[in-house]
Amino acid sequence: MRDTFVRTLIELAKEDKNIEIVTGDLGFGVLKPFWEALPDQFINAGIAEQNMTSAAAGMALEGKNVFTYSIGNFPTLRCLEQIRNDCAYHHANVKIVCVGGGFVYGSLGMSHHAMEDIAVMRALPDVVVMCPGDLVEAEAATKAIAKHQGTCYLRLGRGGEKRIHAELPDFEIGKAIPVQTGERIAIFSTGAIFEEVEETCNLLKDVGIYPTVYTFPTVKPIDTEVIREIASTHEMIVTCEEHNLSGGFGSAVAEVLAEMPSHARLLRIGMNDQYSTLVGNQKYLRDQYGMSGKKIFEKIIHEVKK
Amino acid sequence: MKSQNLAWLIRRHGIEMTHLSGGSHIGAIMSVADIIAVLYADILHFDPAEPKADNRDRFILSKGHAGASIYAALAESGFFATEELKTHYQNGSRLSGHVSHHVPGVDFSTGSLGHGLSAAAGMALAAKQDKKQHKVYVVLGDGECNEGSVWEAALFSAHFELDNLICIVDHNHMQSLDTCDNTLSTFPLAGIWRGFGWNTVEVDGNDHEQLRNALTAPAVPGKPTVIVAHTTKGKGVSFMENDILWHYRFPHDGWEYDLAVTEMHRVKPADVVDPYTPDGIADPIMPDENADIYRDHTTSATYHPTWFGKEKAE
Repeated sequence: MRDTFVRTLIELAKEDKNIEIVTGDLGFGVLKPFWEALPDQFINAGIAEQNMTSAAAGMALEGKNVFTYSIGNFPTLRCLEQIRNDCAYHHANVKIVCVGGGFVYGSLGMSHHAMEDIAVMRALPDVVVMCPGDLVEAEAATKAIAKHQGTCYLRLGRGGEKRIHAELPDFEIGKAIPVQTGERIAIFSTGAIFEEVEETCNLLKDVGIYPTVYTFPTVKPIDTEVIREIASTHEMIVTCEEHNLSGGFGSAVAEVLAEMPSHARLLRIGMNDQYSTLVGNQKYLRDQYGMSGKKIFEKIIHEVKK
Repeated sequence: MKSQNLAWLIRRHGIEMTHLSGGSHIGAIMSVADIIAVLYADILHFDPAEPKADNRDRFILSKGHAGASIYAALAESGFFATEELKTHYQNGSRLSGHVSHHVPGVDFSTGSLGHGLSAAAGMALAAKQDKKQHKVYVVLGDGECNEGSVWEAALFSAHFELDNLICIVDHNHMQSLDTCDNTLSTFPLAGIWRGFGWNTVEVDGNDHEQLRNALTAPAVPGKPTVIVAHTTKGKGVSFMENDILWHYRFPHDGWEYDLAVTEMHRVKPADVVDPYTPDGIADPIMPDENADIYRDHTTSATYHPTWFGKEKAE
């Protein structure tokens, strides 16, 4: 997904010299194609995310379209106030790119698990929050935020290294994307955990359940139209995110549901408000914390039987 | 306007604005007034009719709590009516306590310390990339230099050779609760900046001639410039000077306001009109023996931990 991002951004930046990458000393082997192709549009700001983010805001106010780049929580939580005051409040064209949303850096430990970033970034006014679920969404999201005037957050996962969607000619910030139409149950997925949702769907099919499925590459602004429609036509909505349940994607969906007079019930899949203490890779941790395809399937069946 | 006249007016507006609003930080407004006055009177290129002109110099007050000084300078420079200064802090006003970019002439909002130098560095870097000739000025507090992000920005600016960036540190040697030395004693400050690779100049920051000389000296190619400007917190009103009380206290009705204005009138330049009390105060109330004046309000005056204390070593 990150290579798709870099490749896409190189294409865009060749056409627009104001597009720049500022990295927090990360991207070894990833950003090289960018700095080789466009050395005048690349800055390594060192291991100093607060300065990176405010400097990006300063550059943006001078007409640049700046992509800050780092991994895990470093480009977000480490410099949250810089994003709030300097980027978003000034409506600065800063695009914050995180590689490693969720458990991507599983074995590296808790410091490297980005599990609250969606909630935190979603809490900021005037910040678009995007979590693409596959390579097609990653490319489309990169193009969309490059065009967007203002501050955006792009959360890239690992996994999702395939193409769910054939193509997305109508991709828009704020629009959910239908993957399949089923009945009774609808699954809403954001980010790279979609690969687990695919497995869940296969397991559900084996027991005769055909859910409606949407991906939500944009968490903010959330697609209220799709949520309202599905909540009126289905019995249960299942939200899936590789992220803490407090304040994340499931919460965003819940906020829309809570304001409806009646609606489908909600099952939120995600991290159950705890820090990971286990050691293991992304697939292992997803399973241990109830976010693997099989665990999502089991939770859905459990709910259906209630 | 002459910088001396502007400095006097910034201070007079500052007294009035904090008096009317009950606003904090008059000590910082007074200490930075000469720096701001010299910048707006003699150094910065700007056009009040076109506040966003691309060839203007950029200016950020990173110690945003001294925002009243900028509002006063902008109003006196023609960006908006001086009458509006009275709305500072008030419901519905544009003039928030900390600097807001929603006010014409303000390039960047601040208020949380440790942001302004980074933003200024980003602006300076973009100007270099685009081969633009304007300069970027930023004023920091010395207490602000406690923030780690200042030093991230210091490294960044030196590394990218931002010689179009000029940072002025309002070094009044005091911060919120105490002197800088009694808070995080990281001094001498100029030596640290020098160590970070900056062209470092030290001046008396309440002396306009010294400030002007430093600000008009040619840049050192490849180096950002920092002017460590030694100032007096509360400068211009004897009982505010070097008293930490006036970091937060505002001049109340009675002797505090009357004496401040009276002292200011003793040094008022002849060709300046005081917009609030044109003839001074005829019969000023004076402090009585119970007045909280000329006392030591620093934390260290009353804070004596058993496990740590510099006085023990004395």
